[in-house]
Parts: sequence; C-alpha cells; structure tokens
Amino acid sequence: MRDDKIQARMAEFMQANQAKLIDRWEETVLSAVGGRISASEVRGELEEIFDLIVRVVSGADESAAGELRAVLAELSGSRARNGFTPTETAIGVFSVKDAIHEMIGDSPELILEYMAFSRMVDDLGLHTFETYAAARERIITDQAEALLELSTPVIRLWDGIIAVPLIGTLDSARTQLVMEKMLETLVATGAEHAVLDITGVPTVDTEVAQHLLKTVMAVKLLGAECTISGIRPQIAQTIVSLGIEFGDVATKATLADALAYTLSRSGLKVGPA
Amino acid sequence: MDRVPIQRIGRTLVVSIQIDLQDDTVEQLQEDLAEQIIATRATGVIIDITAVEIVDSFIGRMLSAVASMSRLFGAETILVGMRPAVAITLVELGLSLPGVRTAMNAEKGLRLLDGRT
Amino acid sequence: MDELPIKVSDDIVRVRQQVRSAAVASGLSLVDQTKIITAASEIARNALIYGGGGSARIEESASPAGRPGIRIIFTDQGPGIPDVNLALTDGWSSGNGLGLGLSGARRLVDEFDLATEAGAGTRVVVAKWSR
Repeated sequence: MRDDKIQARMAEFMQANQAKLIDRWEETVLSAVGGRISASEVRGELEEIFDLIVRVVSGADESAAGELRAVLAELSGSRARNGFTPTETAIGVFSVKDAIHEMIGDSPELILEYMAFSRMVDDLGLHTFETYAAARERIITDQAEALLELSTPVIRLWDGIIAVPLIGTLDSARTQLVMEKMLETLVATGAEHAVLDITGVPTVDTEVAQHLLKTVMAVKLLGAECTISGIRPQIAQTIVSLGIEFGDVATKATLADALAYTLSRSGLKVGPA
Repeated sequence: MDRVPIQRIGRTLVVSIQIDLQDDTVEQLQEDLAEQIIATRATGVIIDITAVEIVDSFIGRMLSAVASMSRLFGAETILVGMRPAVAITLVELGLSLPGVRTAMNAEKGLRLLDGRT
Repeated sequence: MDELPIKVSDDIVRVRQQVRSAAVASGLSLVDQTKIITAASEIARNALIYGGGGSARIEESASPAGRPGIRIIFTDQGPGIPDVNLALTDGWSSGNGLGLGLSGARRLVDEFDLATEAGAGTRVVVAKWSR
C-alpha cells in the first residue's frame, strides 16, 4: 500500500528543482502581498517552508510535520497582526501547488504523488485559515480589554470624594473593573465618598441594577459611601416597574446633586466667595 | 489553639485579626468578646481585618453574630480595614453583612464610636 | 498533586493555604486568587459538614483557550445532595448567610461541576483561569 504522506518521488523532484520552484512560488506570493513585504523576506519564508515540506514528503523526518504546522501558524499569526486577509495568507501556501504543477510534466508516478501532495497542501492552507482566525480573536480580546480600561476612569471630585462616570453598558466584566478601580482608589486616597454616575448608561434592567447594587455594597464594606447619580426619568420608571429595591442606597438625579450631597456628608458646604 | 488578643481603649474593645483563622479560634473569639464586653462594660467593639486575606461565609457569619451580640449588650461594632479583593468576593458571594457598620480603618472607627456620644 | 484530607475543621485552613500557593503560581490576579480560595473554603466546609469529610486535589491546568489557572476536585463519601437545584439556587438577592456555600462558590469560579448521588457522595470540580 502506498503511504499517502510519503511521496518519495515528489521529494526528489522538489529537491532537484528547488531553485526554479521557489522562484515561481515567490513570484505568485509577491504579486499577492503587493509590496507590503520585501522580496527577500518572502524568499526567506518560502525557503524555510519549502525545506520543511520536502522533509515531510520524503518521510525521513517525523518531527517535520509538527514543525511545518508551527511555522505556518506563526506566519499566519504575523500576517493577521499586520492586516493581511486570511485569503492572502492561504494563497501563499496554495500557490506552491501551482509552481510544482507547472513543472511536473506527464510522468504518471509523479502525477499520482502530486494528488496526494495536493491534498496535504490543501490541509496546510486550511490550517493557516484557522490559526489566522485564532490570532484575530486574540487581537479583538486584547483591544476589548484595553477599551474597557480606558473607558473606566476614576476621577477625584474633591478631597475625599471620587467619581466614576460610566459611559455605555454595564456588564459583569465592566462591573468587576469598576469595583476594583473604585475600591483601590478609596484605599489609596483614604476617600470616604464615591459617586457612580450612570448618565451615560443607556438602559437599566434587573441585571444592571444588580451590578450597581453590588458596587455600592462593596464600597460600603470598605467603610465608605457610594452614591449613584444620573438617574434619568426613564431609568427611574424602569427601576420602579421592575420592583427593584434600592433601599437605603443614596441616589441622585445629577452628578451635581451627588457632589452637593457628598460634600455635605463630608461636613463641607459651598457658599459665595 | 491560637487565641485572638482583645485590646481595650477606654470603653472600646479592639480586635485585630492577623492570621488565617481556624474554626475553633473563631468560636473562641466570639466567646471571649462576649465575656469582655460584659466584664469591661464596653460600648464599642472594633474588629480590624486589615490583615485578613480571606473572609468566607463562616467568618462572615461570625462577624454578623458578633455585631448582633454586642448590640444586645449595648455595644456598637465597627468592622474596619476590609481589603478590596475581600469586599469584591463577599458581594459576589452574596454576603452583605447587614447590621455590621464599617469604617476604613481603626482610627476612623474609633472616631465614629466617639462621635456617637 | 496530592490529595488533601478534609477530615477536621483545621483542614479547611490547609486547603486554603494550598489553593493560595497554586493560585499564585498560576499567575491569577489578586482578586481572582481571593475568589478561588474563598470558593474552595466554602466547598471544603460543605464536604466536611454535610459530606462527613472528604478530600481535595489541586491541579495546575489551563482553560480551553489556553489561559493558565487551577482546577480543584473535591470529593466526599457522604449522603449526597438530595435536591441539587435547591442547593444551587441563586440566593444572591436573599443572601441571609445560610446555605450559600455552593451557590455562592459557583459565582466565584469560571468552571463549576457538581456530581452527586443519594448515598454515594458528592464530587465538586471548580476551576479559575487567569484573564
């Protein structure tokens, strides 16, 4: 039985015609990447991959298959980070088949091995698609985290009074971050009052209300007070209709009201100069 | 078994928890506090958990119990110094320690107690 | 990874200490460490009080997405949990401090699996991954 993965004649053929094959391959890849990668860099990449393919195909080296997939994964990840499309990346792999097919001639044994070879290359091309997708996922997750950090500033309103203006939806990940930043700032500054402003939070449902309550509770456990401001009429209606009890949580309509409130709680008063 | 020391500052008892408490240490502390509140006619109790890294439901219940018990004896309990990570974990657990007053540190707790009179 | 016995209440503190070491070693953030240690404390106490004692095994592992973290397997040979749904009822809003052990612990971890059978004991597996 012929082993599909070992194509000795193909390996010989590739080695014998290495320079020409890589030249042709390089041409196709360069026209696909359109000048975004230098010719010498592409050449280097292709030579490495070519070498590994030969090793896999000749069957001499068991570790070569794993190495080849790893090299392609890294290449694909790098392309993903640099803004290439997954098709551009995969074409780079698929086009080695064209280069070989052009030169192969009519030898029947080579044609048979070529078919097995072609299947192997298709598999590798798909592998680059998958690793590309995984790399893009990672980028998106990292960006989401960075965005979350940026959109949760803790502001010092006055001595002993800090505020977090929330803009956008309040999900559990955001709540965790808000709690962490608020509590850490309270400890670091010794402030005893915090204001959580939800003017920029579009909707308040039961879940969001629970997140708000959690935050207020956590601040209270530390020995500080948390006031929620920015309760718009629609939000007030929603809260009442949902039957959510805000109990003895201080709430104010505007940030200004909350500031006046926390100032008076701190024993301060604002008056004319 | 380790016993948590109870200090006295005027009419206030101060307990500073430094170690990861075994269950029997927790129970002993409750007993000792009850005794001391009565013996010293204390009007305030400060429980300082600045050094405590983990508060689970068992310890949480102890804290609530101490607050309730002290109130029965006419003393106010203030829990001070809770760490942010502990507070976040407790609210997630659903333990809000109702009836337990809090302050950011022992100094503020004492001022709070003094302010009552 | 050894089996930690949960036979007496002092064992619960030991479980917390071992979980802490593993959590720190896997690079969990301080808040995540606190959550997994607290969850472990709740489940270990449950195994002791309702399960008649048992054991815990801590494994350093990784999430399906490859994030490092820890997994802890608690087993006891107790009477089992008769009404699992009741035990896991989200008591967050009622939070009166009773029976919060399992449902509370579930909110603190990334993975939670409970297998129990009347008369055949209980197995709880929890995991926390770094973010």
